[in-house]
Amino acid sequence: MTTDVHQLDDGAWISVNDERRINVSDLWPLARHDVCSCEIADFLVEGFAEVGVEHPDVQARVAGRCITCGTEGVTDWITVGRVIDPETGEFSPVDVTSVHVPDKRHRLAHPE
Amino acid sequence: MPTKVENWKDEIYGNEIREHLMEFAEKGWDAIPDDEHDAWFERFKWWGLYHQRKGQESYFMMRIGTPNGVLKPGQLEVVAEIADEYARGPVDNPEFGGAYCDWTTRQSIQLHWIKLEDIPEIFEKLEANDLGTQQACGDSWRNIVGCPVAGKDKHEHIDAWPVAEELHETFKGNDDYSNLPRKWKVAVTGCDQGCGQGDINDLAYEPATKEVDGEEKLGFNIRVGGGLSRKEPRFSRSIDVWVPPEQAADIGAGMSALFREYGDRDDRFNARIKFLVDEWGTEKMRDVLQEEFVDFELKTAGENMRESYTYNAGGEEHGDHVGVHEQPDGNYYVGLDVLVGRMGVDDVSELAELADEYGSGEVRLTQRQNVIVTDVDSDRLDEFLDEPLLETYSPDPHPFMRGSIACTGTEFCSLSIVETKNRQVRYARWLKDNVELPEGLTDFHIHLSGCTASCAQPQIADISLRGMKTRKDGEPVEALDIGLGGGLGENPHFADWVEMRVPADEVPGYIENLLATFEDEREEGQTFREFVAARDEDTLQDLAEAEETSYEDPYMHNTKMTWYPYADEDDMGDSPAPTDGEGNSLAPADD
Repeated sequence: MTTDVHQLDDGAWISVNDERRINVSDLWPLARHDVCSCEIADFLVEGFAEVGVEHPDVQARVAGRCITCGTEGVTDWITVGRVIDPETGEFSPVDVTSVHVPDKRHRLAHPE
Repeated sequence: MPTKVENWKDEIYGNEIREHLMEFAEKGWDAIPDDEHDAWFERFKWWGLYHQRKGQESYFMMRIGTPNGVLKPGQLEVVAEIADEYARGPVDNPEFGGAYCDWTTRQSIQLHWIKLEDIPEIFEKLEANDLGTQQACGDSWRNIVGCPVAGKDKHEHIDAWPVAEELHETFKGNDDYSNLPRKWKVAVTGCDQGCGQGDINDLAYEPATKEVDGEEKLGFNIRVGGGLSRKEPRFSRSIDVWVPPEQAADIGAGMSALFREYGDRDDRFNARIKFLVDEWGTEKMRDVLQEEFVDFELKTAGENMRESYTYNAGGEEHGDHVGVHEQPDGNYYVGLDVLVGRMGVDDVSELAELADEYGSGEVRLTQRQNVIVTDVDSDRLDEFLDEPLLETYSPDPHPFMRGSIACTGTEFCSLSIVETKNRQVRYARWLKDNVELPEGLTDFHIHLSGCTASCAQPQIADISLRGMKTRKDGEPVEALDIGLGGGLGENPHFADWVEMRVPADEVPGYIENLLATFEDEREEGQTFREFVAARDEDTLQDLAEAEETSYEDPYMHNTKMTWYPYADEDDMGDSPAPTDGEGNSLAPADD
């Protein structure tokens, strides 16, 4: 089956195969990022600006703010989970409290 | 490329959603195919149903749209009965009990914990009493707001209520305007005080005079593109158009059709008409409206009344509609303060009874989350004011109780970062008990919004609070950004954000220190808004320090990680949701 991914309710959460999987309001540590100059940004997730699939990863660009320095921004693509079984669509989210490394994508992958 | 939401809307949207909704309700929660949840929940919004947040699956917030906030005689009692019977969740709220009604900043009503299976009965009861949920949410004409005492106000130039009612009747359920790129918020103001809050709406009708055929006529100037959400606040802008009241619906049709055709359907974050006004400018907006969407010649703007706008203007003249006010017919309207806009259901029932006994039975909702009992006979006014219910919902409340507004927050909302309503209740009580009021301060607005969606309209308050996070002793805690000096009036101003990421339990201490500084440093007669406006950013940041006080905050932890912040067992795994029509827990579909 295809993996159906989207952000809904003004970017409040990411749905994977019609199940709410990732929410706003958590703090995500970011490393090797360009949101601010903090080595590890303590990034409050306020909204999901874009979502996409770079198989098998589900990725998102995340809007929010580093609560250490106060800089606002939208991250590059962050892997928020992985489709373990493409046949069933089984999804495993990453531990959002682990360190994330945003990545500039070389190609766009829309969820359609 | 159109968004996924647009694709769902292309398939089924508007009135036709109802038959599917009723079919699902008949069959029960499990009847909604697992792989169609998101599409249907997006569509259900059009019928006023918003799926509650993670941990509360199968429960809905239901919004009832009451145009201009008017509840006709008998309607409030119906709302109370519905809330009592259908809006009870698995766990009580510690401040408000098991069932309650929320009066919103758009003069609507919100009920929570509504089960899909109960919707047909609720709709039947609402509609039998001329109430409804149609277009209360979703991408179409939302509940029309306006001066809550339209038709009963001595400051009125045009009775805005028939205009709001005409717009409601013209555009509710109208297939031509049912699928817009995004929400469409409309305000009608008829008084010279600016009570309709047109400055923060997509489309605003504002009273203005215009010489037509040698005769001075009353009508409306049209403003477009206001809104507060997503850290992109805009005041509505004049498009240099005046219409007489009889053309109000025509211009509304033209403007919303323009939005329908030219609004951005590829990016929902850029879809509101405020962004189209940014892109086009007001002159092009007017030209396109004239050329493509109206079949009469637009008149240029008339003489507005903004110079006399006092509503939420920072002075003491007219901050809200709380208090006892004489109507032009010699009766009185009595505005009652409802702290954070939430009333327990027994109190709602009693309010309906009192309105019936002392007034015409009509009750109105304000854009400051308060209620107004209208048409109180002057002979019975004192007796009404002595009613015990008015000790809780006072017509003469303490300024900190009076000025408090809060959105839904993490109790039910997916987007919110922090707990709001119960926290704001605790803030108001603590401030009332502990903070000395600066001299002459009778009306002071503190608005708490859980996120940047700005449902509590934080940018137009004296003190603006917006949900954030910070770390305290290394641990993540709920926090608030603090803004100062916002408001409406002739020269509206958005709050300046001056203190960021203040731990929520240190905010009352900040406000206490801020008001002490204000009292010490203000010039004679200077209002708080003037005091803020007279200072630059650096000075504002040095006005006060946040600090812990005797205030205690039980919601410092991540309330969003709970299934319900006030449950004894609040872990996500302890949630009974989803449940069936009887409230019995159903096993998650993928377990």
